[in-house]
Amino acid sequence: MVLALALVLVPLGLAPVAFLLPSERWRPWLLPLGGAARLALTAAALPRQDVTALSGWLQLDALGKVLLLLLDVLFFLCALYAPAYLKMRASRDNRALCGCMLAFLGTSGLVAQAHHLGLLWVAIEATTLASAPTLYFNRNTRSLEATWKYLLIGSVGIALALLGSFFLAYSAVRGGAGSSLLVEDLVRDAARLSPAWLHAAFIFLFVGYGTKMGLAPMHTWKPDAYGEAPGLVGTLLAGGLTGCAFLAVLRFFQICQAAGQAAFARQIMIAAGLVSMLVAGAFMARQRDYKRMLAYSSVEHMGILVLGVGVGGGALFGALLHLLNNGLTKGVMFLSAGNIHRAFGSRLTTEVSGALRRVPVSGALFLAGFFAVTGTPPFGPFISEFIILRAAMQGDQVWVAVVFLVAITVVFLGMGATVLQIVQGEPRPGREPTGFRDTALTVGPPLALLALVLLLGVYLPPPLQALLAEAARALEPRS
Amino acid sequence: MSRAVDPLLVVILLLNFALLGTSRLRAVINGTAAQGVALGALLVAVHVETSWHTLLLAAVTVALKGVLIPGMLNRAMRDAAIRREVEPIVGFIPSLLLGGVGTGAALLFARTLPLAPQHVGSLLVSASLSTVLTGFLLLTTRRKAITQVTGYLILENGVFIMGLLLVEAMPFLVELGVLLDLLVAIFVMGIIINHINREFSSLDTARLTALKEE
Repeated sequence: MVLALALVLVPLGLAPVAFLLPSERWRPWLLPLGGAARLALTAAALPRQDVTALSGWLQLDALGKVLLLLLDVLFFLCALYAPAYLKMRASRDNRALCGCMLAFLGTSGLVAQAHHLGLLWVAIEATTLASAPTLYFNRNTRSLEATWKYLLIGSVGIALALLGSFFLAYSAVRGGAGSSLLVEDLVRDAARLSPAWLHAAFIFLFVGYGTKMGLAPMHTWKPDAYGEAPGLVGTLLAGGLTGCAFLAVLRFFQICQAAGQAAFARQIMIAAGLVSMLVAGAFMARQRDYKRMLAYSSVEHMGILVLGVGVGGGALFGALLHLLNNGLTKGVMFLSAGNIHRAFGSRLTTEVSGALRRVPVSGALFLAGFFAVTGTPPFGPFISEFIILRAAMQGDQVWVAVVFLVAITVVFLGMGATVLQIVQGEPRPGREPTGFRDTALTVGPPLALLALVLLLGVYLPPPLQALLAEAARALEPRS
Repeated sequence: MSRAVDPLLVVILLLNFALLGTSRLRAVINGTAAQGVALGALLVAVHVETSWHTLLLAAVTVALKGVLIPGMLNRAMRDAAIRREVEPIVGFIPSLLLGGVGTGAALLFARTLPLAPQHVGSLLVSASLSTVLTGFLLLTTRRKAITQVTGYLILENGVFIMGLLLVEAMPFLVELGVLLDLLVAIFVMGIIINHINREFSSLDTARLTALKEE
């Protein structure tokens, strides 16, 4: 009871502290403090089965644990990166950034545990609102435009998701399945849900939460938001926030699965997944802005996640593993891209080259991150993508596997061209050093993330394997 | 459900068309406020027995959607000294036509969904979907930040009407959460409107076009 609430309230309680603390220099250190506290709470919660509060509205199940683990590892490492980064950006007020990041951490804990459809919706909306001000960190017209789009498109998605939640609730009322909106109750009484309403509900929910995930064609906020946000915010959005929305989609998939309507949901998810991968590949070709490129990479990987769930069977395990792999790899890429941005003062390939010479560690991390994110062995994403691909082949969905392979090849080529331009060669004349150098605090966190990605590629610790398998079982049809 | 429900829904639908056809921002904001008041009345009308809980929630709805948020928008409009929506991406007459087609499609789609016995014959579902569509149209085809925010409000109103089918099943907490979230969303948007105003000296989101693929 206490633990479930603490996972939400401890980071949330630190947020006002960040807003009230007057020192610009000491405020960023609240982030590692909050991150470490949450990591410790999560570590205490992971082995337990009874983390629950508010008469079942909050419950930590295996799916929630996977998300919580990812969020906390990412947030803690980003938080370690934050003080050094914010010291470089001393001209910007970091009050809103620090406060809102902690508020985001708290509300994401709510998403991971929410088992009531209304509460889940409120929690996702809260993560959106908490993260919006962090995009406006640079206080210029470009970041304002990105924030406006993010908020408006995100809010519309959230509104459609609420409409979908109402449809689902009505399908329970219509079918006489009672008036509870708890996931457990809906799954138990799933056979009585009215199929017509359930189908309409899933469409609205998938479009709504899919907008928050950034699936094509609802991804238009993503390149702007990720391009303008500081690297550590980009990490939290690409790895954490999208994961929250994915968990929401999974909750509704669970209900569809229990109602015997999974085939309908799976078709939609396979189509949306493949479209996202192809759209991302198209926009990544000849992309000149390397932070926008990362946004399209995120669109691609969100596509892989829903595709994995759509393929089903063994791919469910692969999709959950890919959630972890993608989140951690995005951390490597966004943080090292942020360093390169600091060292050159530009995000365009026409102006940045020779990153390996000017910032050798960040440049190498960016290159390694590229290989990892495009599914090259021995990194983690290779394993998870391979599992999904193999399941598609075995499950008689060969054409899905073919499109999947085509898409990741296009992405590899498009992304590779941009990345190589940045890391190779000599810094251009006229692009004088900005004074930024690799230091332990700016390369340590992405290095640690890369080590984790590598670890997941060569060795999956048995407790993690068991957790992922348990989470995947929750998404399988009940026999 | 009382007999007042369907007439109120018709009023809401007519307001949708009024909003789609006007260029004056003041009329758009007033129309949104009127719809907010109609929603409050609708909330009382769908309940068979009027309880304190219902009246309180209706009062909060009217205060938020009918008074407070339109007031904030009116102030933003005065501060920015703009009166009209000019050159929308889709013109006013085509918007009206699209709204009409959308309402027709909503009526047809709603008929494919089976209703519980107490709701059969009600316009609730089709009115909800039609209002959502209207909001979406305003949001995507208008250029002024204020009109886009009203579009979002109309969209939320449509979702709210759908929620009325569930008054028995929805606990108080969730209803309140819905309203609170809306307030906060608009509040944050209000702050941003102020910033757009200061940065660009206008409330025209068409100027927010620096970020795109080349």
